Amino acid sequence: MAHTVLLQGNEACAEGAVYAGCRFYGGYPITPSSEIAEYLSRRLPLVGGTFVQMEDEIASIASVIGASMAGVKAMTATSGPGFSLMQENLDLAAVTETPVVIVNSMRGGPSTGLPTATGQGDLMQARWGSHSDHPVVALAPAGAQEMFDLTVRAFNIAEHLRLPVVLLPEAVVSHIREAVRIPDAGEMEVIERHQPESYDGGRFFKRNEHGLAFPPTLGGGFHPHYTGLAHAEDGFPTSDPETAGKFIEGLNLKVAANVELLTDYEAEAVDDAELILASFGVTGRACQHVARILREQGRRVGYFRPRILWPFPEARLRELSRTARAFLVAELNLGQMRLEVERVVCGRARVVGLHKVDGTMLEIDEVLAAASEVPADA
Amino acid sequence: MHEAFVEKYARTGHLPTIWCPGCGLGTAMRILMRALADLEIDPGRLVVVSGIGCSSRMVGYLDCNTVHTTHGRALAVATGIKLARPELTVVAAMGDGDAASIGGNHLIHAARRNLDITTLVLNNSIYGMTSGQTSPMTPHEAVTTTAPLGNLEHKFHLCDMVRGAGATYIARASTYHHMLAGRLLKEALRHRGFAFVELLTQCPVYFGRFNRMSNPSDMLRWLRDNAVKYVPGQEKELRDEQFYIGELFRDETKIDYGELLRQLRELVRSREAKGS
Repeated sequence: MAHTVLLQGNEACAEGAVYAGCRFYGGYPITPSSEIAEYLSRRLPLVGGTFVQMEDEIASIASVIGASMAGVKAMTATSGPGFSLMQENLDLAAVTETPVVIVNSMRGGPSTGLPTATGQGDLMQARWGSHSDHPVVALAPAGAQEMFDLTVRAFNIAEHLRLPVVLLPEAVVSHIREAVRIPDAGEMEVIERHQPESYDGGRFFKRNEHGLAFPPTLGGGFHPHYTGLAHAEDGFPTSDPETAGKFIEGLNLKVAANVELLTDYEAEAVDDAELILASFGVTGRACQHVARILREQGRRVGYFRPRILWPFPEARLRELSRTARAFLVAELNLGQMRLEVERVVCGRARVVGLHKVDGTMLEIDEVLAAASEVPADA
Repeated sequence: MHEAFVEKYARTGHLPTIWCPGCGLGTAMRILMRALADLEIDPGRLVVVSGIGCSSRMVGYLDCNTVHTTHGRALAVATGIKLARPELTVVAAMGDGDAASIGGNHLIHAARRNLDITTLVLNNSIYGMTSGQTSPMTPHEAVTTTAPLGNLEHKFHLCDMVRGAGATYIARASTYHHMLAGRLLKEALRHRGFAFVELLTQCPVYFGRFNRMSNPSDMLRWLRDNAVKYVPGQEKELRDEQFYIGELFRDETKIDYGELLRQLRELVRSREAKGS
């Protein structure tokens, strides 16, 4: 039965995973993500699932890919250093069109950095961390409820598009405790693994009209071959330029072809806004608050926060750049989202950054001061 | 026409293989297919997982569920497959560089967990795919493209290592000893728990050529002459290129990880039923 409970962000994420049908977790301890593993080590056996503590993060994501190929929804969770180790196999999941969910609870700083502090420095890594062109979707929850909701969403997107989906909470979102409503079974959509009844001539990786391929599960009645090598529609390796090119382009086009499904943002009072406060994750909550304060003071200020970060919601942002005079991009890194906003805005409006990398959050006062400094005639 | 067991277990349309003339991997693949046929393992319920390297290309030629993963990660992927679907027979096939170097950590921990997976390490003593660099299983003083004056390091005794890590079936043979290899591999496939088989194979092109054995038959003689039959209690000092063959270790008493996990699920569910 639907109920509302006080949960930590990481616990809400774990509950969301179970709700979405996740029955396999392979992970390695790392702050600030470890509560997800701890919670699922108790929770998964109760629902017939598997929790396994792997020897490192490389093995964690590899085990998750294996479980998913075998038809069981699977997830791992980590933080920056572990996410770096996972990059090798993240694009194995992409290339083999294997749905997996990776939670990267962001700590502050590069290398070991600030393990117990918060940050948003992995935005670009989530998109470009693995080598070469590969599809990936990333979501940024702003609180405990979104940790639940967006985890379910992450599994659905992974199943729908057959690719790795990254959930990118900051340490603060992982550790925040808030009321979380757990919906009834059936209340939220849950997309199950789709396996066609037959494949045209053993072409397990053939794309449909939406650019999507649904290769069979291991032990599912077919004899698929999965490989990280560039492959033809039958799954077998090829270096024929035409086939290889078609394969890599097709793999990446499936995100573009389904971009409407992958656009999700929270926006407030943006239509007539001269200044838009843009941010993601929990930093967005400070921006929302500041935008409201400034509205009350009579300034035309709006607020924009992508829930799905990759693909970046460029269509909407491009529209807004035709009416707004300035964007203030507030984030806990040195300008990763600002770079993306600058690219999309393309000189039509001024883009100002508010960046912080000391492991603490952006306070309302800091956002307020920065917003007040953006000239009204910008 | 191929023999019946080859028709059953090989994707014959994908033959011939990419392997060099004289390579031992064709023999190794035949040993594996023969063992699968003798045990009547259903290809639909069989998953063979590999990493990167010459031997890892074997999975492309096997007609079952096959996964060609990243370098060294075969056992980590196989762990997920086996735990998710315990009813499937899971085999991990890897080369010596794959298993002993880049994937060494995964091998240690898969053995320690005593997962019910059969691991076949195809040891050609060299990195063949990248054209002949030193591997962790290259014997001392052997010449390679990255040890032109002879290997300074000593080879990894992988069977001893997995014994320490917790494997419950360990055996070694070579492509020269193909009858023995087939018998050992069948024992490994029947074994419930982590079964490890090291199969030495010849690489005349990238190992033999630099070590005065460019003829495949020279390499087979090298495998024959360096093999020492393992007799428990009569262990002796071996030169670095020598190796024991036969069944090296077996423990049928240790419960495999998958079974422990099944028992855990039952336990927590019965506790919850009592509690509510």
